[in-house]
Amino acid sequence: MANNKLRKVDIIFTPYSAAPYEILRLTMQKEKNAVIDEIIESGLRGRGGAGFPTGYKWRFMANQPGDEKYVICNADEGEPGTFKDRKLLVEVPRKVISGMAIAAYATNSNKGFIYLRGEYNYLIPALEKELLIFHEYAEKFGLDFQIEIFSGAGAYVCGEETALIESMEGKRGEPRNKPPFPIQEGFMGKPTLVNNVETFASATMICRVGAETYKSYGTDDQHGSKLFSISGDSPKEGVHELELGMKISDFVEEFGDGDTKAVQIGGVAGFCIPRKNFETAIIGEGNTTGGATMIFNSTRSMYNVLHNYLEFFAEESCGQCTPCRIGTQQLLKGIEAVKKGEKPESYLNDLIKLSRTMKITSKCGLGQSVTNSFVSIVENFREEMIY
Amino acid sequence: MQEIEMIIEEKVKHYGRERKALLPILRGIVLHKNYISQNDMVCVARALDISAADVYGTASFFHLLGNKETGKYVIRVCKSITCEMKGKHKVLKALEDELRIQLGETTHDKLFTLEATNCIGLCDEGPAMLINNTPYTRLDPEKVHEIIYEFRNKNKKNHGQQ
Repeated sequence: MANNKLRKVDIIFTPYSAAPYEILRLTMQKEKNAVIDEIIESGLRGRGGAGFPTGYKWRFMANQPGDEKYVICNADEGEPGTFKDRKLLVEVPRKVISGMAIAAYATNSNKGFIYLRGEYNYLIPALEKELLIFHEYAEKFGLDFQIEIFSGAGAYVCGEETALIESMEGKRGEPRNKPPFPIQEGFMGKPTLVNNVETFASATMICRVGAETYKSYGTDDQHGSKLFSISGDSPKEGVHELELGMKISDFVEEFGDGDTKAVQIGGVAGFCIPRKNFETAIIGEGNTTGGATMIFNSTRSMYNVLHNYLEFFAEESCGQCTPCRIGTQQLLKGIEAVKKGEKPESYLNDLIKLSRTMKITSKCGLGQSVTNSFVSIVENFREEMIY
Repeated sequence: MQEIEMIIEEKVKHYGRERKALLPILRGIVLHKNYISQNDMVCVARALDISAADVYGTASFFHLLGNKETGKYVIRVCKSITCEMKGKHKVLKALEDELRIQLGETTHDKLFTLEATNCIGLCDEGPAMLINNTPYTRLDPEKVHEIIYEFRNKNKKNHGQQ
């Protein structure tokens, strides 16, 4: 499967002619457990980047006792290079809302939130309108599930689910220790299911096309289709739905401008793949599945790219744990010092070691993932870091 | 001040007089006047019966809950890598020239504040910026001049009516 040429898929954005929330109505005629089984069977993984199997998350949630349970749609996409969730919320909000409602039905939850990043506040009026329509249908279907929008206030780290919950509780958005996981103790100490926007939209479409069809796409490890936010040196920037498991060379052929030097996969928290690895690297295997893909051509300085990433990390580190707070700043200072000739070339090796220490010792995904882009850029474009 | 109290009461009605009302209240204040003053923070602290330091601690964590006085329109230019590749520098330069201020400053007439921001999710339409809550995309210096011109005009008209 992995050797297939690049395949475009049209599941998530495809329109269906049935009445609004028809998929939800039909899904609600099934047993709750059967719905969760279908999601497990489809192999759907969290589409925000971490890739946890969605169906199992739902099952854990369904098994939680209590009559106050929350479903949160994580629309706090802040990863540089990611904009697919915005497009979903603008173009197919009903699929996202349906997904939340299906999750609520299957897991016996009665309250939902769309945690919308502050920078997307201009989407609120249209979403509010959609929610009014949804609530009418929910009442008609006898589904006790209310959704409201919660606005974020500008913090990348709040895309991390426990930080997101902290901020909803009116605190600084600092990630919590896990366990307990949000499924056990989330918003206001109650069981809370947090899924990405695309995950919910995908769940809706799995209920529509069936797990079998969905599973026929992708690789053995990564099933289904995935939205890719493509930007940078590409004539085809935008959101594209592709089958997982394609070679970077095919990807570059389709989306590059003919002079592609490197591709950043999974946003700045992901990996930078240099030209020499285009033939061997597969998207969706061993790298993150957030779908942010930035293409750089030969005119770009990879030093500038890395410098921009590190500035971002240093600013967005929440400061709670030392490895991330100090590490991000030191990496930034470090590459500047090497560039200026204040430090020898070998200093880059120390910085790589530091980034690896951050991976082991940081509390959350932010500090842990800095090493991905740092090491892949420094090792593959070492001369650009020095001269 | 009274307007701030009204915002607080409206949010408290919905979220309860609890800590979880804090972010919506702060967000409401920012939507109203673009920043949160020290007095506002004390008001919020009193309403929720938490310390003003707690309010400050939370507000200062978030980029969009600033506590420095800003102009009527806050311009946030995206500085992430793809917008930078597509000419963010030219856009920023055009804004600085047009407004006669530097990044981080507010114009004398208190109309515009110029800031840089991390990714605003408009990478495929860069360079991009937000003015208060409204996105502007595929910018170039010429477009920037037009946008600022329009905002100035709009504001003059509004003043005329008052």
